[in-house]
Amino acid sequence: MALDQTFVGRSYPPTDPYEVGREKIREFAVALGDENPVYFDPEAAKAFGHPDVIAPPTFVFAITFKAAGQVIQDPQLGLDYSRVVHGDQKFAYVRPVRAGDRLSVTSTIEAVKSMAGNDIIDIRGEVHDESGEHVVTAWTKLVSRAPEEA
Amino acid sequence: MTAQIQYADVEVGTELPAAAFPVTRATLVQYAGASGDFNPIHWNEKFAKEVGLPDVIAHGMFTMAEAIRVVTDWVGDPGAVVEYGVRFTKPVVVPNDERGALIEVTAKVAAKLDDNRVRVDLTATSAGQKVLGMSRAVVQLA
Repeated sequence: MALDQTFVGRSYPPTDPYEVGREKIREFAVALGDENPVYFDPEAAKAFGHPDVIAPPTFVFAITFKAAGQVIQDPQLGLDYSRVVHGDQKFAYVRPVRAGDRLSVTSTIEAVKSMAGNDIIDIRGEVHDESGEHVVTAWTKLVSRAPEEA
Repeated sequence: MTAQIQYADVEVGTELPAAAFPVTRATLVQYAGASGDFNPIHWNEKFAKEVGLPDVIAHGMFTMAEAIRVVTDWVGDPGAVVEYGVRFTKPVVVPNDERGALIEVTAKVAAKLDDNRVRVDLTATSAGQKVLGMSRAVVQLA
């Protein structure tokens, strides 16, 4: 079923803050097998001018994708999540996410398309810290595959 | 930790040190826990096959996270990554054995931009298949 074009441009309320912890960053870096000391050691991070350990570049996706759930599960939009695959992902950073950040996400539907029976939706997540500083923008393209012919 | 790449020291075509990242079923379970993505296609073979996949597949975001390590290991400071985007073209299929799969990543400088920034184009393959497309990062150099 083609998605409603009038949803393009719709924004959802900012999420409650997600508090980024050192141990969560550590857990994420360990899961990647990435031993870069800036993820583990505040002193190593400070040597690069960061006030605390920073998170790997894709860490913030867990936060923005959870926020995108508002869009994905919007009953008025009617996306069939059981058929959704991740098409594209992009991040643009003002600064790296770091321990101690309290991050809030505002999700906006940038585009809605239907191609060959697939529904395609582009969601932009603007991530701000507690002071209102813009930290990173995440763009997520989701494709809801057309149901197979019965 | 002062190893920084100088903008003046790179040219279009400069290759970054390539790397290969192994991924087993255990890796995927650990990543599921760390990322909060518990979709069963990443750990349950029966479920994956029922939805038409050849086997359990790696999280796309896991592959994206590993690929950028070629850049972050090169520059030292992951905070130097200004932009990073990929297209998920093919899944990384992870068999249930101790070897699992291998994600092989190469990267080279594709353009020198203003303000000591460069665009790096990445390729990521597994079992001979290109698993990421349009994989590009903008990196701030010294």
